[in-house]
Amino acid sequence: MYNFDFVKPATVDEAVKALADDEAQALGGGQTLIPTLKQRLASPSKLVSLTGIAEMKGVSKQGDTVVIGGGTTHRTVAEEAASAYPGLADLAGRIGDPAVRNRGTIGGSLANNDPSACYPAAALGSGATIVTNSREIAADDYFQGMFTTALEEGEIITEVRFPIPKKSAYAKIAQPASRFPLVAVFVAQYADGVRVAVTGASNNGVFRWSEAEAALSGNFAADALDGLTVASDDMIGDLHGTAAYRAHLVGVMAKRAVAAAS
Amino acid sequence: MPKDGGIGASSKRREDIRFLTGAGNYTDDINLRGQAYVFFLRSDIAHGTINNIDTSAAEGMPGVVKIFTAEDFAGVGGMPCGWQVTDKHGEVMQEPGHPILATGKVRHVGEPIAAVVAETLGQARDAAEAIDVDITELPAVIDMKDALKTDAPKVHDDLKNNLCYDWGFVEENKAAVEEAFQKAAHVTTLELRNNRLVANPMEPRVAVGDFARGTGEHTLYTTSQNPHVIRLLMGAFVLGIPEHKLRVVAPDVGGGFGTKIFHYQEEAFVTFAAKACNRPVKWTSSRSEAFMSDAHGRDHVTTIQLALDADNNFTALRTDTYANMGAYLSTFAPSVPTWLHGTLMAGNYKTPLIYVNVKAVFTNTVPVDAYRGAGRPEATFQLERVIDKAAIELGVDAIELRRQNFITEFPYATPVAVEYDTGDYFATMDKLTEIADLAGFEARRKESEARGKLRGLGVNCYIEACGIAPSNLVGQLGARAGLYESATVRVNATGGLVVMTGSHSHGQGHETAFPQVIAEMIGIDESMIEIVHGDTANTPMGMGTYGSRSIAVGGSAMVRATEKIIAKAKKIASHLLEASESDIELKDGAFSVAGTDKSVAWGDVTLAAYVPHNYPLEDIEPGLEETAFYDPSNFTYPSGAYACEVEVDRDTGQVTIERFSAADDFGNIINPMIVSGQVHGGIAQGIGQALLENCAYDENGQLLSASYMDYAMPRAYDMPFFSVDHSCQTPCTHNPLGVKGCGEAGAIGSPPAVVGAVVDALRSAGKDVTHVDMPLSPSRVWAAMQ
Ligand SMILES: Cc1cc2nc3c(=O)[nH]c(=O)nc-3n(C[C@H](O)[C@H](O)[C@H](O)COP(=O)(O)OP(=O)(O)OC[C@H]3O[C@@H](n4cnc5c(N)ncnc54)[C@H](O)[C@@H]3O)c2cc1C
Repeated sequence: MYNFDFVKPATVDEAVKALADDEAQALGGGQTLIPTLKQRLASPSKLVSLTGIAEMKGVSKQGDTVVIGGGTTHRTVAEEAASAYPGLADLAGRIGDPAVRNRGTIGGSLANNDPSACYPAAALGSGATIVTNSREIAADDYFQGMFTTALEEGEIITEVRFPIPKKSAYAKIAQPASRFPLVAVFVAQYADGVRVAVTGASNNGVFRWSEAEAALSGNFAADALDGLTVASDDMIGDLHGTAAYRAHLVGVMAKRAVAAAS
Repeated sequence: MPKDGGIGASSKRREDIRFLTGAGNYTDDINLRGQAYVFFLRSDIAHGTINNIDTSAAEGMPGVVKIFTAEDFAGVGGMPCGWQVTDKHGEVMQEPGHPILATGKVRHVGEPIAAVVAETLGQARDAAEAIDVDITELPAVIDMKDALKTDAPKVHDDLKNNLCYDWGFVEENKAAVEEAFQKAAHVTTLELRNNRLVANPMEPRVAVGDFARGTGEHTLYTTSQNPHVIRLLMGAFVLGIPEHKLRVVAPDVGGGFGTKIFHYQEEAFVTFAAKACNRPVKWTSSRSEAFMSDAHGRDHVTTIQLALDADNNFTALRTDTYANMGAYLSTFAPSVPTWLHGTLMAGNYKTPLIYVNVKAVFTNTVPVDAYRGAGRPEATFQLERVIDKAAIELGVDAIELRRQNFITEFPYATPVAVEYDTGDYFATMDKLTEIADLAGFEARRKESEARGKLRGLGVNCYIEACGIAPSNLVGQLGARAGLYESATVRVNATGGLVVMTGSHSHGQGHETAFPQVIAEMIGIDESMIEIVHGDTANTPMGMGTYGSRSIAVGGSAMVRATEKIIAKAKKIASHLLEASESDIELKDGAFSVAGTDKSVAWGDVTLAAYVPHNYPLEDIEPGLEETAFYDPSNFTYPSGAYACEVEVDRDTGQVTIERFSAADDFGNIINPMIVSGQVHGGIAQGIGQALLENCAYDENGQLLSASYMDYAMPRAYDMPFFSVDHSCQTPCTHNPLGVKGCGEAGAIGSPPAVVGAVVDALRSAGKDVTHVDMPLSPSRVWAAMQ
């Protein structure tokens, strides 16, 4: 690590001010950022910890929406969203290991937008709204490719609003080393149609599989996906799986998610 | 009734209390007054010419004590290689220089180029970033077969080519083997790869150098499996420090698995730098550094062929292996694919003719050396896999094919130069059949199929050679070291014992198991015995721990020393009891005169030895301390049979291990619980190799699996509940304990069982698959099904 200053504001406003400095960076649970700092791959002059901001924490049900504070840990979501949105709670409860879930936050995960992260699939698959200190961003506009989002410099995710589906599920196969998704699919059925979001697979990060959405909107059953395939051109090919394998897994995981949806 | 102490008791591991409660003393726990820290600037280029290293900006950085480059080591020897292999033409291997810091060229990613010693590690690292290294990148050689092409770039410009040696074994058998292949009724050929692994002990390597200006004594604290070997190699060959001025301490060590046998540059560096800087210098490897500086394991590419007659008897075996040495020769690297591999090719079978060819190749990768099993897993894997393939081709039962070809009479001289003293391969196979419930497999397969899963069974045997010896033989084979072991048994006046052993425990449980042997011999409580190891200042010269040698060789030395103690104690007792020495019996910690009720307690005799008022001073010296050096007459040959059952997900190719059973013959057993633990750990590593672990480079020599994000370590939930049995015991005939060693068996016997099980599962779905290369990742298994 390089040296940095550390501040721990108590409100979003204070945090926004602290982040206005050049080379200041937000620190959520640190589960991505701290390893990056340790490897000296980032050198912020100041870390602005968001963990002291009470207004950014917690899970609540507001009508047909689950609202999660941007600083809420995966563990809290796993526990507190379980009755309102079981598919989402299940996803949160399967991220990493207990240590990661006790520290890592939804805001950090969505801000980072790792192409193999879990939360982006839930946010995109639910048509969630990402709320920041300055605006609201629809999930469809938010994810802009691997590690790229609509967030501006210094913008903080304060809240994420998930419309509650009729049914949902998350199916993932783990990359053998990191145990992040090798490919995972989040499926959510809403009154106005089905959303299918795929993570881990594409060089462009999380994406919606529109053919599957169309098929499932007509018939929400695993065999509605029979014969549907995704092209392997843009799929990630690496040590852990070829592009063709990942393309194949998209279909398998989507079917499993549909079969498991409740 | 299980015993509650002595040989055969499952005494609880006494060392675990300190390990598990944070009371251990690991090398990183050692912090010396005035200590400075070193950070190594390592190459991020696999192959290149160093044009210039400019340290001027770094010199003035805060906290910098001194910056070292190759120039500072001009008068110092390079890293020595401890084994010289002679090739099939009678030529000695090509042996390149191995500098402490890169000299002229860099030859692998991770090679240290410069070292910064500073007040803090952070300052050392900051300064290292300010060093300007100008390197002209050269094409890297990564693939072994490419490296041997005539136009391949040379890893070492001063060598003829990238071929370290071309070894033939047994060269005299070659023609007869060829002939047997001509006459064979069936020949099975299998090409396979034994994947490169990174050992990943929980504790990364650490080294602290210290120099006492007043006495001129050097001390190295290091994470080593064999401190005396390090003292000899580093003192005599690298730094020119006489052994009486050099102390090497390897305190608690958190796992070794072979990778902490070797003498590394960082050890020589901190020892040298401590004197040059006149203050202690400490290096602690980060996990990232470990991936690119710890010696790797395995990495063989092999073609094996098995010849059978019309009755399915094995008539000949031929194997061609390319063994990756990496960029330099690590300490024992040349021995692994040769003497630890070729000599094991007979396995459990009476194949009369065997020829082994091994080409050891230099590439621009991290050096490769011994890793749990070292050569023996590679031998077992190819042999057992080719037998499975032969059974498929011939349409016969693979277990029956093995049984039919088992060695049945012992001692048995193999055609690959070793003589097995004892074994009973039918017994372990029968035991396996029982504990693995092989009879119930078909029912379990149906049950899996009903759930939509494929189920497969893999069964194989293994033979291992432990306690490599005797020294005069290994000397002829090229070892530049002896392979005896030592023990000093010191009895204190009040009867307690301290045993100073040349073996080293880095998790194995010596502190528990060794006292069990002595407690049994004397008839006293284990708690009266303490094991001291890991410090050249207070242990006799010993060769350390690797190759499952500690109980067989180190334990035997301890037995010999204890026998001397008992003999002397009997003399003292005979004096105290005024009886003839030949009438003295030792039982339950007391000496008695046969046929009488006269006796004297162990403690009275030991006290007399140190307070010799009533003592035969004219016949024997006071004191009770004896040393023994034990050089075995042969290896020991543990063996066994392993079974693995897997389920394969048809859609994803994911493999889960459903059952794993091991029936081992380790000869006599000192502590069954510790032995089970060793087997469990070995199987876990074997499953790791078979399913998960893969050290991969890209074509430019960049390490793709350089962290746990990409190098897949096995985790507890990847493992089934193991069923292990070691009740089949054919004691070793040539050591006093009748023990064989158990440290590597699990890692040797398990990979072929896992692969065999997956192949069997795929075949049950009608796939024409005979082999899949490790690791059997979901991606590869799925591809094999397409
Ligand atoms: C061992 C391990 C296993 C893991 N396994 C998984 C897995 O299976 N699936 C998975 O999805 N993830 C996994 N993760 C990642 C984990 O979920 C992280 O917690 C998450 O990606 C980042 O969240 P964080 O709160 O820790 O963010 P940090 O690491 O603190 O920050 C990450 C980035 O987000 C920014 N940031 C943080 N909070 C906010 C905010 N509220 N608004 C704006 N920007 C913000 C930071 O500035 C930084 O750039 C794993 C991590 C580890 C260490």
